[in-house]
Amino acid sequence: MTVPATAPLKIVAVAAGLSSPSSTRLLADRLAEAARERLAAEQDRRVEVEVVELRDLAVDIANHLVTGFPPAALKKALDAVTGADGLIAVTPVFTASYSGLFKSFFDLVDNTALTGRPVVIAATGGTPRHSLVLEHAMRPLFAYLRAVVLPTSVYAASEDWGSNGDEYTEGLPSRIRRAGGELASAVTGRTVSGASRTPTLDDGEDALVPFEEQLAGLRVG
Amino acid sequence: MQFGIFTVGDVTTDPTTGTTPSENERIKATLAIALKAEEVGLDVFATGEHHNPPFVPSSPTTTLGYIAARTEKLILSTSTTLITTNDPVKIAEDYATLQHLADGRVDLMMGRGNTGPVYPWFGKDIRQGIPLAIENYALLHKLWREDVVDWEGKFRTPLQSFTATPRPLDGVPPFVWHGSIRSPEIAEQAAYYGDGFFHNNIFWPMEHTKKMVDLYRRRYAHYGHGTAEQAIVGLGGQVFMRKNSQDAVREFRPYFDNAPVYGHGPSLEDFTQQTPLTVGSPQEVIERTLSFREDVGDYQRQLFLMDHAGLPLKTVLEQLDILGEEVVPVLRKEFARLRPAGVPDAPVHPAVTAARAAAADPKELR
Repeated sequence: MTVPATAPLKIVAVAAGLSSPSSTRLLADRLAEAARERLAAEQDRRVEVEVVELRDLAVDIANHLVTGFPPAALKKALDAVTGADGLIAVTPVFTASYSGLFKSFFDLVDNTALTGRPVVIAATGGTPRHSLVLEHAMRPLFAYLRAVVLPTSVYAASEDWGSNGDEYTEGLPSRIRRAGGELASAVTGRTVSGASRTPTLDDGEDALVPFEEQLAGLRVG
Repeated sequence: MQFGIFTVGDVTTDPTTGTTPSENERIKATLAIALKAEEVGLDVFATGEHHNPPFVPSSPTTTLGYIAARTEKLILSTSTTLITTNDPVKIAEDYATLQHLADGRVDLMMGRGNTGPVYPWFGKDIRQGIPLAIENYALLHKLWREDVVDWEGKFRTPLQSFTATPRPLDGVPPFVWHGSIRSPEIAEQAAYYGDGFFHNNIFWPMEHTKKMVDLYRRRYAHYGHGTAEQAIVGLGGQVFMRKNSQDAVREFRPYFDNAPVYGHGPSLEDFTQQTPLTVGSPQEVIERTLSFREDVGDYQRQLFLMDHAGLPLKTVLEQLDILGEEVVPVLRKEFARLRPAGVPDAPVHPAVTAARAAAADPKELR
């Protein structure tokens, strides 16, 4: 029997789609739901799902790049992403890669804040020929952030929304279920890598090297 | 509490006229602004230090030495002195000389400088910014307190039997502030020495400023210099005022929209809400500035940025008249009324010298 913990598990999905309704948002919702279902079935903690739509934050993101600090709504989104137990990141494919808005958002995430965090990467596009964007652009981005990128990444081309799998590959719904299941397992059995997050000002004294130590580090001989 | 102004020294085109001042005009304007600060009763004038265009103040002690000769009361300071790329020996010499010229009306604020290319021009590496700030200041601190110094460090040729001259006036080193926007290491450094900590909050939300100041205050107490409430804190501020709020907003907007740093970014309205920038009536500036103490506690020094983004000299001087005549007198009274007993003033030369004399000669206490 598992011991129920009081804090809910948080699944956060970031969707960088620009239209409304957006297939990127739809894919984010479906992945989040797949993870939530599995988590609810396998353990006792409450599961909270939050979807961050970058379109609503586009101006805030540009302003943060210019001023160096986030406006309130963007701060909330960044805190949600860095505080998530499991992350889902979905971008449309623009000009052979993730969209500029998607990259700009992750440029604003502290580069150690996602260390060890399970992440499902996913993308949407008008043609299946761009599916390797997930492996060639998205996976290295999150590898740099030292996140644990799950093996199944999900690419949804326009045609995937209306077709079944074939004898060589599974259809979109089963790929979504697989990715959601991987995220759920990683969140519940989460083992963190040896690396850790760099403390920030929010950690107070934990962010400090005592001054004597800083001086000693510079002593010659 | 001390009130004053600090200047970046940028040469910026006035967006409303397309006029760009020459370097000579900008330097002369800086002097006029400093003299005006004394005339309207402000306490402090601080200049930045920059070694790249479009900035003019590469030689702060030259400028401050001139101002010292033309003023009587104004405290001359910096915002900031580059402790990373300057030789600490030269800082010790330059600012001790200035201290003598100005009869003690000198303090300075250490900063690292965040312009990457500047470091290699002075033979340094920006990745070593924090260690440079720590080692160079440790040497400067020693040079002003010990007559004969032996020194060996990572970043400078060793010193053997070296004496920095002139010695600080009356044996009292200039008071030092450490400025940093987001490096806890610098708050820690200021706390360790019992020096002042200045947070240039003008481009930052108060929530962040509060965290940095709180950390400095706790560490100040940790190192036994006094209680957290007694730590020496300074803040930046940025204001533009006209009798009617709407006039201030209308006149300042083109400067805001095209300003270096934040121009072409957030709207004036968003930025005034998110940062300490206040554009409005003198009364609005008074209320906003008084609110800072609710976040960071009672503090010792408030510096305003008044002369950037291409504002013409005439406008800057008008702003200083308003600041000195209508705003600061009220702020002085209100901050003094609100300040609990036991919160000290920022150390100034005459007070430190007198306290030292009293400590050395118990008869003085009578």
